[in-house]
Amino acid sequence: MTPEVLVEISDLNFSYNSRPILKGINMTMKRGQVIAIMGGSGSGKTTLLRLIGGEVVPSSGYVKVSGQVVHELERDALFEIRRKMGMLFQFGALFTDLSVFDNVAFQMREHTDLPESMIRDLVLMKLHAVGLRGAHHLMPAELSGGMARRVALARSIALDPMLIMYDEPFTGLDPISLGVIGSLIRRMTDTLGMTSVIVTHDVQESLKIVDYVYFIADGVIAAHGTPAEVRDSVTPFVHQFVHGEVDGPVPFHYPAQSYRRDLNLEKALV
Amino acid sequence: MFKHLAASIRGIGHRTIEGIWQLGHATRFFLLVLLKSGTSFRRFGLVIRELYYVGVLSLIIIVVSGLFVGMVLGLQGYETLQKYGSESAVGTLVALSLVRELGPVVAALLFASRAGSAITAEIGLMKATEQLAAMGMMAVDPVARVVAPRFWAGVISMPFLAAIFSVMGVFGGYLVTVTFIGVDAGSFWSQMQSNVDFRIDILNGFIKSCFFGVAVTAIAVFEGYDSPPTAEGVSGATTRTVVTSSLAILGLDFILTAFMFRGL
Repeated sequence: MTPEVLVEISDLNFSYNSRPILKGINMTMKRGQVIAIMGGSGSGKTTLLRLIGGEVVPSSGYVKVSGQVVHELERDALFEIRRKMGMLFQFGALFTDLSVFDNVAFQMREHTDLPESMIRDLVLMKLHAVGLRGAHHLMPAELSGGMARRVALARSIALDPMLIMYDEPFTGLDPISLGVIGSLIRRMTDTLGMTSVIVTHDVQESLKIVDYVYFIADGVIAAHGTPAEVRDSVTPFVHQFVHGEVDGPVPFHYPAQSYRRDLNLEKALV
Repeated sequence: MFKHLAASIRGIGHRTIEGIWQLGHATRFFLLVLLKSGTSFRRFGLVIRELYYVGVLSLIIIVVSGLFVGMVLGLQGYETLQKYGSESAVGTLVALSLVRELGPVVAALLFASRAGSAITAEIGLMKATEQLAAMGMMAVDPVARVVAPRFWAGVISMPFLAAIFSVMGVFGGYLVTVTFIGVDAGSFWSQMQSNVDFRIDILNGFIKSCFFGVAVTAIAVFEGYDSPPTAEGVSGATTRTVVTSSLAILGLDFILTAFMFRGL
């Protein structure tokens, strides 16, 4: 594992209730990169993030973060490495009983002995970076979906992590918020020199900001490449996914018996 | 016929095994909460914050219910005792009923409905909205940070709420029997004072309320933490908290009463 590689995934398999979710996944994620993991719903993308974060244990293979095999770490070591990771959940997962300010300050108060005056300055700086310094006094219920995700982004960079994982960061956002979140992800990654891993369905927005894309289908990596390679790909699955075609390798119809038979037409014709 | 019988027996067996698993799971969770309670005591502010939500906000229902229960006890007690010319013993009746039984039991039932259900719903919703997962990803243990402070807040609140319930009940009984009906105030208080024993009655009532506090809050936090992360899952968990807590309170009350007052 070279120093510039932050995350290495090798021959990773994961099964849930003996149902295989991920099969033989291999990936490398370098420092300073924004990587997108794309695929249909239920293809195992979020599971992959949970494996990187050590929330679940693989059936075989491993995920190495900063040279450490995540699932082999003891609880304290796992928590130590998680302090260097950030995670942006699909709908922000802000603590609803805490204000915007306290949400961003949460990790600083839990993991550091910084004086309250310094925490205040740091929180305001983080909120300023996402454009919400003026909203520090609001409660999560008073925020729009896009604002909540920006606050969650500020919270996830609170301790300047080396890796941030984003679970569907663009879902349900209006075009302006979508563009804002996309550019923030790129800017934060470049400014802080961290690695960003985005699990997303939003092809057009993510292709604008990422360095590399992995497509997952049926638990395996169906294709991978740079955004330019992905756009020009003739692989049927990638083509269908990138262009949002209704039918293709991912069929429109759920498997069923013959339509004619379901409508009792075969008997009538005989 | 035989098939149906076999299916029912299989169903009963399945549910029994499931229940035993769940009980074991709950016990392990309870021990985990105790094990991770260090944070709650090192940062007692977390418990104090929860004491407000769990205890202080339950005061209204406890005070009002205690008052009415005491008033009803006073009325009923006076009606019966006056037939035997013992209406002056109404104070003793009210106080003993409240301190020994009704105070801890009714306060715990109300506590389960008001605070227990709120704890379950809050933890369940935190789970459903991925707040607990987010906390875990921030290297903060949700059992230590979210569950344990709520558990200890419930355990600390319960005896105080039961005591307040009993005090309000005695006041309610006094109001009805002495102020409205005209029973002699001196005999109301003196009979109560001479017949209510601190160790046997008050201390045992206090011990009961401590047990109920542990039972109700342990059930509430477990149901919340264990609830499926869906709207239906959280609502089901909230209902289970109230039902299981109520049954646990009544069952425990019988066992504790049998130990405490047998042969007195």
